[in-house]
Amino acid sequence: MSNINEDTVARIARLARLKLEPEQLAPMATELTSILDWVEQLGEVDTDGIEPMASPVDAKLVWRDDAVSDGNIQDKVLKNAPRREYGFFAVPKVIE
Amino acid sequence: MELPPNISGYRIAGATGDFEVVIGMEVHAQVTSKSKLFSGAATEFGAEPNAQVSLVDAAMPGMLPTINRECVRQAVRTGLALGAEINRFSVFDRKNYFYADLPQGYQISQFKHPVVGEGTIVIDLGEGKHKDVGVERIHLEQDAGKSMHDQHPDLTFVDLNRSGVALMEIVSKPHLNSPDEAGAYLTKLRTILRYIGSCDGNMEQGSMRADVNVSVRREGEPLGTRCEIKNVNSIRFVRQAIEVEARRQIDVIEAGGSVDQETRLFDPVKGETRSMRSKEEAHDYRYFPDPDLLPLEFDDGFIDAARDSLPELPDDKRARLVSTLGLSDYNASVLVAEKESADYFEALLAALADRGADTSKLAQKAANWVIGDLFGALNKAGKSITETPVGVDAGAQLLMLIDEGTISGRIAKDVFEIMFETGDSPAKIVEEKGLKQVSDTGEIEAIIDQVIAENPGQLAQYRDGKTKLQGFFVGQVMKATGGKANPAMVNQLLKPKLDG
Repeated sequence: MSNINEDTVARIARLARLKLEPEQLAPMATELTSILDWVEQLGEVDTDGIEPMASPVDAKLVWRDDAVSDGNIQDKVLKNAPRREYGFFAVPKVIE
Repeated sequence: MELPPNISGYRIAGATGDFEVVIGMEVHAQVTSKSKLFSGAATEFGAEPNAQVSLVDAAMPGMLPTINRECVRQAVRTGLALGAEINRFSVFDRKNYFYADLPQGYQISQFKHPVVGEGTIVIDLGEGKHKDVGVERIHLEQDAGKSMHDQHPDLTFVDLNRSGVALMEIVSKPHLNSPDEAGAYLTKLRTILRYIGSCDGNMEQGSMRADVNVSVRREGEPLGTRCEIKNVNSIRFVRQAIEVEARRQIDVIEAGGSVDQETRLFDPVKGETRSMRSKEEAHDYRYFPDPDLLPLEFDDGFIDAARDSLPELPDDKRARLVSTLGLSDYNASVLVAEKESADYFEALLAALADRGADTSKLAQKAANWVIGDLFGALNKAGKSITETPVGVDAGAQLLMLIDEGTISGRIAKDVFEIMFETGDSPAKIVEEKGLKQVSDTGEIEAIIDQVIAENPGQLAQYRDGKTKLQGFFVGQVMKATGGKANPAMVNQLLKPKLDG
């Protein structure tokens, strides 16, 4: 049985930059706990001696050769930026 | 954890006794490749902001990463050069954190299964002393973008050109015990990377950066709590950062406090480290396998091809220069420290051999010339060996002129100076300035007779037993010939005349 408490919800919300109101924490904790419980049913399957599976199909990682084939699209890259200056993304100051 | 013996003898004296320092390094080395680890955007330094960014690097929705073969090959070559185990199966994970210059919200890295396992770097501590430093692992990962905080009063400017560039993170074991050892480790690692060409080692441009883990303890005590000093970008700063951080930790301990495990930043201007508290919370990286990427797998053939592509490594080269060419250990070490220096020296030997010289005889002289005259002049001019105005052929010609007795070693230094200034060939300079060594016995004898006649006082003293004065006469003869007389011949002809 998993048990996600309100502190854990608050912490992972913060790490994911999600704003949760205090009254949302308890329902979220309940929901997350039940999701994890549901997934944990998989623990009943005996997987001794079975290699972890990386893909449901027999696929291999595709490699590419080292060649410049992309880039030089500064306009496209910056198109959705709320603010741009001199070709840079301009964001609120984030300094240590 | 079992650590190798601390042979450094380096201790920091506290008020209550001596402390030893334990250091481990995480070096981020930019992989030499034309394009990024997972996209086809260029990696070249110094481009317009955000010009070398693909939609993959900008983390636009739906974009998928595709691994760059060359980056994998270079990581494997690096592992092989460090005698490390190569993992034919490794996994890319997502390391999650938020920062303005990380558009994905995670860095693709390798956590549980890195591509390279344990290896060793032999560091040189001077006076022929060496130490084996363990390497824990090397993994491949993406670089983040670059934030500039000083361009605008209330904005940070973000350039994603570096975003997605391939890095190797080379993690050492905590086997280093002094600033010198840490410096030697970085120096040696940089040399190896540059030899094999997997990283250009350019620390000013950020191609190599080090995170330094420092802890202190009294001898015999268990390991202390470590602090990680982030992103130190020169060997000098690494040494300084270790010194001030170790001192800070000792002060904390001796004041009865305890060291907090945390990330710190080294400020070279103030000469201090300070806490980066805001990064602490982000340390919960919630790694998990990247579902966009299947495991990284390759066969023995791939590893063998990588091994076959390795050049002679610096330690092997040094050993060969000593054993087959008879160079001193010091000279050999200096020559192999930079690949370009070693290349110059070996090309010089080849050019000498082309001219029919016996290189086993000339090797030590050639090494002395490269290290003494050439490096000296380059240093003075602030040039690197690749910018030398005196090329391999010109150098070989000069050495041959000395070896054949056409010019003396003394004159050779003057000729070299002119070569360095003008780029002229030594033969031309010798011809134009009339610097040919005088080996005509008749000519030299005449000058000796003249010098003796001009210095009757010294002659009398010599004949009274002050035979040391032979040096004076040799000097006068050399002076009279403008340094061109063959010194061996002068000595040979002078003595009987002085003895009368």
